[in-house]
Amino acid sequence: MSMRTSIDRLGERAAAEGLLDVAYAGADSPFGPLLLAQTPRGIVRVGLPNQDAEALLEELARKVSPRVLEAPARLDAARRELDLYFEGKLEHFDLPLDWSLSGGFQLEVQRQIDRIPYGQTRTYTEMARRAGNERAVRAAGTACGRNPLPVVVPCHRVLRSGGGLGGYGGGLPMKQALLQLEGVLDERPGPSPRR
Amino acid sequence: MGRLILRVIALPPFQTLIDEHAAEVMAVLRGAVGRDGAEDCFQETFLSALRGYPQLREAGNLRGWLITIAHRKAIDHHRARGRAPVPVAEVAEVAVEAPEPDEDGVWLAVGALPPKQRTAVTLRYASDLPHAEIAAALGCSPEAARRSLHEGLKRLRKELA
Repeated sequence: MSMRTSIDRLGERAAAEGLLDVAYAGADSPFGPLLLAQTPRGIVRVGLPNQDAEALLEELARKVSPRVLEAPARLDAARRELDLYFEGKLEHFDLPLDWSLSGGFQLEVQRQIDRIPYGQTRTYTEMARRAGNERAVRAAGTACGRNPLPVVVPCHRVLRSGGGLGGYGGGLPMKQALLQLEGVLDERPGPSPRR
Repeated sequence: MGRLILRVIALPPFQTLIDEHAAEVMAVLRGAVGRDGAEDCFQETFLSALRGYPQLREAGNLRGWLITIAHRKAIDHHRARGRAPVPVAEVAEVAVEAPEPDEDGVWLAVGALPPKQRTAVTLRYASDLPHAEIAAALGCSPEAARRSLHEGLKRLRKELA
């Protein structure tokens, strides 16, 4: 029996015995490899291609549980939905979310981000207001930047009031490409968001 | 009175323990219980480790911790089987069929040693544990551990000569 088989079997048995607190796997995307992590409650972390996967796993071990195991089969549903989204064939993710890595005002903002429909954008100011504090625009921006579930929770749909793209954890080219995919931005260089 | 100092230990993701030590744990178990029992003991070892992992207070020697658990599982395995050493007939049969008799042959011979000697030899050579840790794993004095190791090696030399 190969080592790989033994380790896969261990993952299954750990899950069956309720010992698999965080299952993770890599996933392909048009932008490079993603990291997907999931608890029994739902998707808890999406790591973008330019983020350090090892550091993300250490953060999960520290903040959620050290029982972190690579278990690709458990992320099949998430991987399938993301594939469809990147192909332009899925507009709404139907995955349970685990917000363990967030809290307070940031969580409030992120929950509001989760409600922005496909192909639409909002401003940081609007997000601050929807989260209950219109003047906390800067904090709303920070909350977008700390979104533990990028792409699935569409922080790329939040822009500057003047129409500027703002920032993105995965890099601005990725934000731009996601907005183009959703038909918000023209394919021309230079952003001109349709509202 | 002294202050209570809470030391925050950062446990690495459990997957790193698997990536770094699974092969060695398997080798130790093959030495201790033979090829057939090793897979079950491997599963039991890592499930047990996973169960206790979040409560671990010390992350300095995770490898030693895993090896100790593996050893306990090997002992459980032998107890469950009435602590029978691997029958000689079985050893001969496998040894003849094995395509690479060199390394396998050594481990089969190790597997045929009496339990304490087998464990001492395995922990010393598959896991590179010092005598003190072998003694702790065996639950005996370092002197007794050294003796078990010595006896085991003497017997192996005779078997493999």
